[in-house]
Formats: sequence, structure tokens, C-alpha cells
Amino acid sequence: MNAEYHPVSPARVFGALLLRDAHVTRRELPFFLIRTLMQPLMFIIVFGLLLPKMGFLDARYKATLLPGILGVSLTLSAIQSVALPMVQDFGWTNEIEDRLLAPIPIPLIAIEKIVVGSLQGLIAGLVVLPVSRLIMGPIPGFTLAYAGETVLMALLGSATFSAIGLFMGTAIRPQQIGFMFSLIIAPMLMFGCAYYPWRGLDVFPVMKYAVLINPLVYVAEGLRGVLTPSVPHMNLLVVIAVLTGMLVVIGWLGMRSFVKRAIK
Amino acid sequence: MHAIETRGLRKVYTVPPPKKRRGPPPIPGTIGGPPRGGPPGDVVALDSLDLDINQGEFFGMIGPNGAGKTTTIGILTTRVRPTAGKATVAGFDVCDNEVDVRRRIGVVPQRPNPDRSLDAMENLVFHAAYFGISRKVASARATQLLEKLEIGSKARAKVDEMSGGQQQRLMIARALIHEPQILFLDEPTVGLDPSARQSLWAILRDLHKQGRTIIMTTHYMDEADQLSDRIALIDRGKLLALDTPKALKARTPDGSLETFFMTLAGHGID
Repeated sequence: MNAEYHPVSPARVFGALLLRDAHVTRRELPFFLIRTLMQPLMFIIVFGLLLPKMGFLDARYKATLLPGILGVSLTLSAIQSVALPMVQDFGWTNEIEDRLLAPIPIPLIAIEKIVVGSLQGLIAGLVVLPVSRLIMGPIPGFTLAYAGETVLMALLGSATFSAIGLFMGTAIRPQQIGFMFSLIIAPMLMFGCAYYPWRGLDVFPVMKYAVLINPLVYVAEGLRGVLTPSVPHMNLLVVIAVLTGMLVVIGWLGMRSFVKRAIK
Repeated sequence: MHAIETRGLRKVYTVPPPKKRRGPPPIPGTIGGPPRGGPPGDVVALDSLDLDINQGEFFGMIGPNGAGKTTTIGILTTRVRPTAGKATVAGFDVCDNEVDVRRRIGVVPQRPNPDRSLDAMENLVFHAAYFGISRKVASARATQLLEKLEIGSKARAKVDEMSGGQQQRLMIARALIHEPQILFLDEPTVGLDPSARQSLWAILRDLHKQGRTIIMTTHYMDEADQLSDRIALIDRGKLLALDTPKALKARTPDGSLETFFMTLAGHGID
């Protein structure tokens, strides 16, 4: 065994880190899907199938619900697939060490986590969309004509929530992560305009402007704009601009928190 | 050029104010414990450490818990940022050229920290991939290393199915898979049974013979004595003595490293 030096570019190391995460995700795919999709699917069955059939909800409600549910699925999967491994990685087992010893700047390891979370969010979306359509039946005004824009919205939303997951997983103490999830995630889902359009909050103006701090509002509204454009929705350029801004700010905070945990 | 150089290396950990602290009370003189010098709330883990470690040298660092050994390893392996001073590894500054440093080092941690989402073989192959080594080459090397470390039968075992000693061997294999110039081992035999300890010594002697630079911390005097070319005695963040085991032992009437350390430090190693 001779000591030698392996020249390797950061891009190649980044690719190897991605491969590792893809390998682990593939192995845990069924658990990942059950963990992240159970809640949205239950919502679809109750609010998208049962209540409209019982006559309590108008069939047109499905057009509002579908993009919202897709947004919720992206949110939950992206945030959980970054935050939960972070808690374990930096926890007692400190098992992220082998990646922190890789010849790559530490912030790029944090970015890789955001990329992986975004892809997992996208996978969740790809599963939820057809399943929802299948359960709900025909959805008034539903279109796939803007497939490219849909992928862009889904990616932007997933990336923003991966960044939130990175920040939560590195800044919150492991003992408090469950508590923080309950404290943050539940209100975020219920006040994220996933189950009603933002314009519907005209009836409650204070809330209409207070919820604008919630990134899920923009994901849900953006997805409405591309999947069910006939439903009232925010201007797509505003959605893209705000989500990009949130991604940059929260991504930077998450990266800073990651580096702080990685280097003592 | 030395394999490792440190000049005036200092690390001070800032302890949060008592109001914000939770959990059991900290132990005096340890990281997170009450201060033993410097501004209130700070713990000086390393205090102006100067070291020159030669290429191909087996360098032992002895000291009690909280002496600063792990902090030194942490700084040299780019995982801890020094408060002051300078350190170079293979000629690269640990702060300014951390990626270049990491390319050239292998690290065996104090407590095994394998990637628990992967099995033993995958731990090695993915770690090698982070260093640009192809899967084919890495698999062949991993098989060879696992056999040599006598855990070949555990290649496909999940990490949780391996004993502490087996996980420690896996950490050694991981540190060697990319064939680094410099190997750091932080108390590698803690928790190992005598036979596993002996077999690890044999492996380390073998690696040393191949010309690798090895830096090992331990609080077992016999371990440092048997393996090291030179030993640094460290206590409370300061270098107390640095010489060959023979020369250090010659400084005491009973020829014991333990006696020498107690004379210098005023207390035992544990």
C-alpha cells in the first residue's frame, strides 16, 4: 500500500455524496413514501372524495384542493428528508463525520443536502399527483399543459422547504425537534393556503397578510396557477420571485447553521 | 518539510452563561466545565502548542482526559477551528487549505461513527468515492482491508450488527481506503479487548513500516511506549515533554513513563 494523493474535483465529490444519498433513499423508498404521503392522501380521501360525494363540498373544491395537497406533500417530504437525517447525523452517533472528512468545502455538503431534499420532494409530488387524480376523479379545470412550469414550481417549493429542513435539523437541539415540528409544521400546513385559496382570505384581512410569511402559501398558489389556472391564484411571477428570495435567505441560514455544527 | 507543524496553537471553548445551561453540572477542568484560566466562561483546551512531526514518524500523544489531545487531532483534521496559532498538515494550512489537508489524511475517531444507513462494505466504497476512487478499485481494496482487519465475514453486515471492536476496525479500514499519507488515530484502542488491541498494534506497526506518518493519542503508557518513535506528553493544553520513549524513561529512576508523567504533571494519567 503506497501513500498517494488522489486529485479529485469538488464536483466529483458532490456527485459521490449525491450517489450515497440516492442509494439510501432508494433503499428506504417505501418508508419514505409512507412517512410523507400518508397525511396528504388521507386528506384527499376525506376532502377530495368523501365530502364531495356526500354533498358537503362542491366538486369544484377539488380544483382548489389538488394543488394544495401537492404543495403539502412536497413540503412534508422535503423538510423531513433533510431535517430528520440531520438530527441523526449530528446526534450522538455523529455519523456525518465520513462526509465531513471528504475533500470538499463544508458548505457544499450542506447544499448537497438541499439538492437531495428537493429531489425527494419532487418524487413525493410525482407520486401524489396521479394518485390524487385517481382518487378524486375528474377535477374541473385541471390541466397538465404547463408541465414545465409545474416542475419549476415544485422544485422551487421543495428546495425552499429542504432549506428549512436543513436549518431546523442543524439549529434545533435533537431533544426538541419533535416539539418544534408540532409547533411549526401544523400551523404552517393549516395556514399555508393549501386547503383554500389565498384570495379566499379576503374575508379575514389580518390573516390574509399574516400568512404571507409562510412559504407554503406561495407553493400552493403557484401550483394552482399552473395546474388549475381557472381557480383564483397569486401572480406567478410574484410567486417565483418570493420563493427564490426565501430559498436564498433560508438556504444561507441553513448553510451557516450546518457549518457551525460541522466545525467546532 | 515536516508532515505536521504547529506554532502557538491555541483553542479556547466559550461556555454558555450558566443561566442557559441545562443538564447535569459540568466537570471542572473539562470542556464545558468551569474555567481554569482566561476570561470567565472560557475553557482553554489548548495553550500555545508547538509541534514538529516528521514524515514517516509514529508520533504518540499521551495525556489525561481533557489534556487537549482530541482538540489537537480535531484541529489537525480540520474539524476544529483554532482560536490562535497556525497548523500545517502535509504543508497545507488547516484553516486556509482545509480541502487539500482532507485529501491527504485518514482519521480513526475516538468513538466509531460509521454511516449507519450503509453496510460495512458500502461504508468503505462510498467513503472511497468521496476521494474520487472508482467503485471497482474501492471494492477490491475494501475486501482486502476487511480481510486484513479480520472482519471480512462482516462485509455485508449492517453496522448495528457489528460489535464495538468490529466497528473500530471498520473505522481503521475507512481511514485507510483512500491510502492517505497521514493517519490520525484518536485513542483507537479504548474499549477493545486485549486480543483486539494486540491485533490493532500489529496493523499499526505494519502501516508504519510502509512509511506512513501516524499520529496517535492514547492514555495507555504501554501503547505509546511500544509503538511510538516519539511521544509528546500533554496536560492542560500544554506540552510537558517531547522525546523518544527511551529518552523519556531514562529521566526517571524506575524507567517508567507513568512515573515521569506524574512527576511532571503532579497527578496520574486518568
